[in-house]
Amino acid sequence: MDTLLLSRLQFAAATFFHFLFVPLTLGLSILIAVMETKYVRTGDEEYKRMAKFWGKIFLINFAIGVVTGITLEFQFGTNWSRYSHYVGDIFGSLLAIEATAAFFLESTFIAVWALGWNRLSAKAHAVTIWLVAFASNLSAVWILIANSWMQHPVGYTIRNGRAELTDFLAVVTQPFAWHTIFHTLAGAYILSGMVVMGVSAYHLLRKQHVSFFNRSFRMAAVFTFVFAVGSVVQGHAHGAEVAKVQPAKLAAMESLWETKQRAPQYLFLIPNEKEETNLVELGELPGVLSLLAYHDMNATVKGLKDFPKEERPPVTITFLAFRIMVGLGFLFLALAFWAFWKRKNPGDSPLLLKALLLAIPLPYIALEAGWTLAEVGRQPWVVYGVMKTSDAVSPIAASQVGVSLAAFIIVYSLLGLAAFYLMIQHARRGPEAKEAEA
Amino acid sequence: MLPSIWFLLWGLLWAVYFMLDGFDLGLGVLSPFLAKSETDKRIIYNVAGPFWDGNEVWLIAAGGVTFAAFPTTYAVMFSSLYSALMLVLFGLIFRGVAFEFRGKVDSPGWRKLWDAALFVGSFLPAFLLGVAFANIFAGIPIDENGVYQGTLFTLLNPYGLLGGLLFLMLFLVHGALWLALKTEGELQERAGAAAKALWWILAGVAVAFLVATWYATRLYMNYIKNPLLFSIPIVLIPVVTVGALFATRYFAGKANWGKAWVSSAVTIVGATFFGVAGLYPNLLPSSINPTYSLTIYNSSSSPLTLKIMLTVALIFVPIVIAYQAWTYRLFHPKVTQEDLAYEEAY
Repeated sequence: MDTLLLSRLQFAAATFFHFLFVPLTLGLSILIAVMETKYVRTGDEEYKRMAKFWGKIFLINFAIGVVTGITLEFQFGTNWSRYSHYVGDIFGSLLAIEATAAFFLESTFIAVWALGWNRLSAKAHAVTIWLVAFASNLSAVWILIANSWMQHPVGYTIRNGRAELTDFLAVVTQPFAWHTIFHTLAGAYILSGMVVMGVSAYHLLRKQHVSFFNRSFRMAAVFTFVFAVGSVVQGHAHGAEVAKVQPAKLAAMESLWETKQRAPQYLFLIPNEKEETNLVELGELPGVLSLLAYHDMNATVKGLKDFPKEERPPVTITFLAFRIMVGLGFLFLALAFWAFWKRKNPGDSPLLLKALLLAIPLPYIALEAGWTLAEVGRQPWVVYGVMKTSDAVSPIAASQVGVSLAAFIIVYSLLGLAAFYLMIQHARRGPEAKEAEA
Repeated sequence: MLPSIWFLLWGLLWAVYFMLDGFDLGLGVLSPFLAKSETDKRIIYNVAGPFWDGNEVWLIAAGGVTFAAFPTTYAVMFSSLYSALMLVLFGLIFRGVAFEFRGKVDSPGWRKLWDAALFVGSFLPAFLLGVAFANIFAGIPIDENGVYQGTLFTLLNPYGLLGGLLFLMLFLVHGALWLALKTEGELQERAGAAAKALWWILAGVAVAFLVATWYATRLYMNYIKNPLLFSIPIVLIPVVTVGALFATRYFAGKANWGKAWVSSAVTIVGATFFGVAGLYPNLLPSSINPTYSLTIYNSSSSPLTLKIMLTVALIFVPIVIAYQAWTYRLFHPKVTQEDLAYEEAY
């Protein structure tokens, strides 16, 4: 295997792993902040116990998110040095802004929150978790602005043999970025809400800590419902934006080979990438793809064959990732609606609780699928239309990358096992008894 | 002008990172030797606990600023130092996770595992960052296309290893002083004694490093070449740094741990500036041919990016310093056995 393939595998492994832990922190920090605010407002100790119980799960995720995030930042230089040189003027500054404006805040105050229960007033302590929630989400915003620039580069010019910034505002305000930000954050919030509901369901099914988990459940149900609806509605607009700026990705998402006016949507389809056609096409809905992509049933949708072969993304992966993400998204909408409906007395609906418990892994799959769609669908470009992934890799020996990739796989697997073991163990044990508060 | 300002900020970020993370990295390496009981160990974890994460972000900021202000240097430096940096990163992963995971399972084997992770994860970054910076001072074999013509073992040359040892000793003294400052009783006595004993090794290594620097690098030549530009730092940095190094020992001898720690911090910042200023205007000298070196001129970002980044830095860095200083005040009290009873402690 060559340096390029090994570096891609390594980056994929590092991003996937990072993205298993970060989304939960984005939504859970907000939920914990709400719990603690309720504690401050009502003085009800149960809210404080809730903040502490969910806070432990938050901290486990946060630790992994931090240490794997540094690795990602450094890998642009170690493995993608030509990319870093070419786009550092824009991409590098976005990462640096993320660190100075958001990540410092998050990392400093999470320690204050975790260790400062006895050193701060209840009010000041609640402020720290709000700062953490704000900073984690702000951090995601900057990272997603940087990623969106790779998806749809704007506000730059090619000068001195590299991309140089010409319009900073264009980079941070472009619609594609804000679609990505909303969609990713909504996905993260759904995941957080589903995890809280799933863990609550585990205890409610056993009729233990009922009041504690009823409250947690109700908060998470409202939270998940709002963002499940939001993500489906906005996801549609997001798709239309992709159609506009990344037509090759859209064609691969839909496995559309021929350019068509009044392009159809199929209920069931199996792509055949080798033959550049589809093996099975069932349930044709004429004009629906044109309608979804361009809000016009008669619009023309460009097919894959009209892109040079070397500028097409891998079709099967992109197609499947899209189907998995959207399919699960609708499932979450249904579950969220059901949970929202029963939020007052979830204990009365064991079927719902069982479904939510079993559904815990699904939002993780949906988020990773969405990420795959975004990144694989952008190939062969690292910066869409500007720089190919194959031109971005560092001039380093494949053996070096091979060794580090093996180390990543071993270390991350063990860390992942340890982290999920700790989370499951803590989630099962449930909250501490009403302890004599220190 | 802008590239020079960013050069200064670049050096400053690294210096602050070494000054802050230096003590918890040093503490991680010392902990198996200074902790005689489980209580001691937990105290050590709690002494570094509130700070390591915020400290580590200075590394992310230093890396990010290298990327943003000098992207070509970021690209060449990080890909050239590939294996060394990977080891640093894995070290930092182990170190960070050790803090969060150790106390979560009540089993001696589990705790031993994470104690080992803390030691290895603190040692690797402390030593290898020193190796990396010594090699940057000396120059590394990069060709005209910025392609590194060496291996990991090229970096492990005598001067590089001496640099690693210097960083390690700086951080060990720094960490021991922090522990002495934050604890009481026997643990404090052991930490204080360790700081004083280790100081002599540090002083010896520092002399050896300064002598070796004469032979291995062009830092001194660079100072001599630009006497005007560097009249201030050339006088200030070595004088202040050496003075601070002696002050560290003086205050440690008087058991004034706070002042000793501050002196040690000044030593670390001064030493970083001494090396970094000696590079100017290079960021990454080439040992093959000086004309292949990456400088602040041939590797910097566009003026627009540098301006935007400067605005961001001037707004946010002071804010960061303010709230981090506040957390240092908040967690100022010594960590004692009673504190460990708190549920959220490590």
